[in-house]
Amino acid sequence: MPAFPAAADASTRNTQLRANLRHATHTIRAKRATAVAELDDWSSLRAAGAAIKDRTLRHLDQYLEQLERAVTAAGGHVHWAADADEANRIVTELVRATGEREVVKVKSMATQEIGLNGALATAGITAYETDLAELIVQLGDDLPSHILVPAIHRNRGEIRDIFAERMAEWGRPAPEGLTDAPADLAEAARLHLREKFLNAKVGISGANFMVAETGTLVVVESEGNGRMCLTLPETLISVVGIEKIVPSFQDLEVFLQLLPRSSTAERMNPYTSTWTGTTDADGPRTFHLVLLDNGRTDTLADTVGRQALRCIRCSACLNVCPVYERAGGHAYGSAYPGPIGAILTPQLRGVQSELDASLPYASSLCGACYEVCPVAIDIPEILVHLRERVVEGGPVSVRGTRTVIKPAKGHAAERAAMRAARWALDHPRVLRTGQRLASRTRRFHPRRLPGPGRAWSDTRELPKVPEESFRDWWRRTRGESGTEGRKTTT
Amino acid sequence: MARIRHALADVPRAETPDAVPVERTYHRVHGDRTPAETADLLAENLADYRAIVHRTDAPSLPALIARLLADRGATSVAVPPGLPDSWLSAVPDAVRRVPDTAELTPHDLDAVSSVVTACAVAIAETGTVVLDAAPDQGRRRITLVPDHHICVIRVPDQVVGSVPEGLERLDPARPLTWISGPSATSDIELDRVEGVHGPRTLEVILTGPPAGPETAGQSR
Repeated sequence: MPAFPAAADASTRNTQLRANLRHATHTIRAKRATAVAELDDWSSLRAAGAAIKDRTLRHLDQYLEQLERAVTAAGGHVHWAADADEANRIVTELVRATGEREVVKVKSMATQEIGLNGALATAGITAYETDLAELIVQLGDDLPSHILVPAIHRNRGEIRDIFAERMAEWGRPAPEGLTDAPADLAEAARLHLREKFLNAKVGISGANFMVAETGTLVVVESEGNGRMCLTLPETLISVVGIEKIVPSFQDLEVFLQLLPRSSTAERMNPYTSTWTGTTDADGPRTFHLVLLDNGRTDTLADTVGRQALRCIRCSACLNVCPVYERAGGHAYGSAYPGPIGAILTPQLRGVQSELDASLPYASSLCGACYEVCPVAIDIPEILVHLRERVVEGGPVSVRGTRTVIKPAKGHAAERAAMRAARWALDHPRVLRTGQRLASRTRRFHPRRLPGPGRAWSDTRELPKVPEESFRDWWRRTRGESGTEGRKTTT
Repeated sequence: MARIRHALADVPRAETPDAVPVERTYHRVHGDRTPAETADLLAENLADYRAIVHRTDAPSLPALIARLLADRGATSVAVPPGLPDSWLSAVPDAVRRVPDTAELTPHDLDAVSSVVTACAVAIAETGTVVLDAAPDQGRRRITLVPDHHICVIRVPDQVVGSVPEGLERLDPARPLTWISGPSATSDIELDRVEGVHGPRTLEVILTGPPAGPETAGQSR
């Protein structure tokens, strides 16, 4: 995966992608504003949501232990996974133990993050995505590009073609003469997936919330595919990030108001399922909860970055972000695109790779993401904090161990340029000479800088140098001396 | 767990969760409504999310249910074990009753036309009915696989105004299903399409105590 600037350079030239994205983000942005405006206590709900999550994060150890006790008491089994490999291994073994080779999946960011489908495929187990958008992505050999609507980058014509060409390989083929009407496409998905639901023995899900007090898990969805996967199979395996806890059942009253209105801009999503362990003769007989760390404790250890773990994955920040709208979700190179991805991914994975080090720069710092965040994550603050980490290095937690990282490569030029600028600004004569030289040679300036400046100008248009510097213009139009000029105009 | 404690080194050991303040200054309910207004809001919000809403009183309920099943051409109906007998008393015997039992497989259910259930609570502000798998609602799957769900809400005692008021009536130990309109997706260009995997049609009946003039019929 290339670093964000290179990926975005390619994706911003894709006019179809930009048109699809612009339409989608603007539609949902307007709807969301209406849904939020219906509640006159939105700011109080937002503050309570942030505070509940902060309380949870500061005492995560206690709440996780409480959750484990509650889930176990309700008949579930709890597993702990330090990283993606361990989580994938646990899930693979649990599926193998059932003797099944196929599983149905509810859309889940956590399993996307750890690459579970690939790991299961390696073990000879086929995972069927059952969310319509995830199905589009899976059939198209594609990657999700949005947290809520993973196929947002595809339009109806592309989806029709994917269904017509690929459905047969995965099960029931698309109906003859399939049109690109959304209702027809949804119907094709319904028929294709129903045979999977009715025969599935193992379901895999994530969860939107886990209640420490009661051991209750919550999945919020629209299509009913979630309900199918959560209730029809004999075995249910849920892979959930350790930060998804809320302390009490009552706390759901805050999040079940914040989440639907922020994400799909609805008063309430069509379906919400909650379950506590197992229930006799209703739903799966076996329930496994896999609690996933995978960089979350490293994020927790950073007192500025910690607030990113409040995220409830509503995706409101993506829909308002000018950078996301133009670059698309794939450019972020992880399961989490957009502003939240720009701060979450470099914390979960560290900033060692070129891609991860580039993500804190995938923003204009306009602050729109902070405005819409239902749990008030100060995304711009964390972006700046992470840029400092990339450029300066410093103490961080890596896989639970405190360590000091070096500045990332490629930022030497940036530091040198800043030092040079400071020197030039301190020496007015040098600045004047430099400016005149730049003006006189303006016809010969390249669109991109050579040498060490290339990294900077790769992603930016070089500003055009004016024919005359401001200082020269002032001198010419307001007299020889700057001070005299000021006198004549007042 | 040790890793988590290590990551929280900045949190004073003596700090308890209660030391992190959570101000619950948000409203318990949005607006001051009479029970009748709350029921109206529920009906309005359910209809807004493409549920079909009917209002009736207890004596007229069986006839309404029979009519709705007939209108759909239902040949079979899934029946939770604790559904009041009277509710289906006007449904002709030709419509096969399929009791919700442990032997009923998903494939069996796939062949069932409709399902009739009660609910645990309904939330007006969001247009939501909540099922808690009580005997008059049956297992979660019976309201999922058949394509037509008729859900009866007793007004006013099962209707609350808001999410906080709804939540406090529910038992977390029971499996809960919150339903706001029929199954829907907006995954294709954000165009909303009803009826993906759950029931394509949700009909909600608000039933109150017998009231003066004939109130049965569709609200919109």
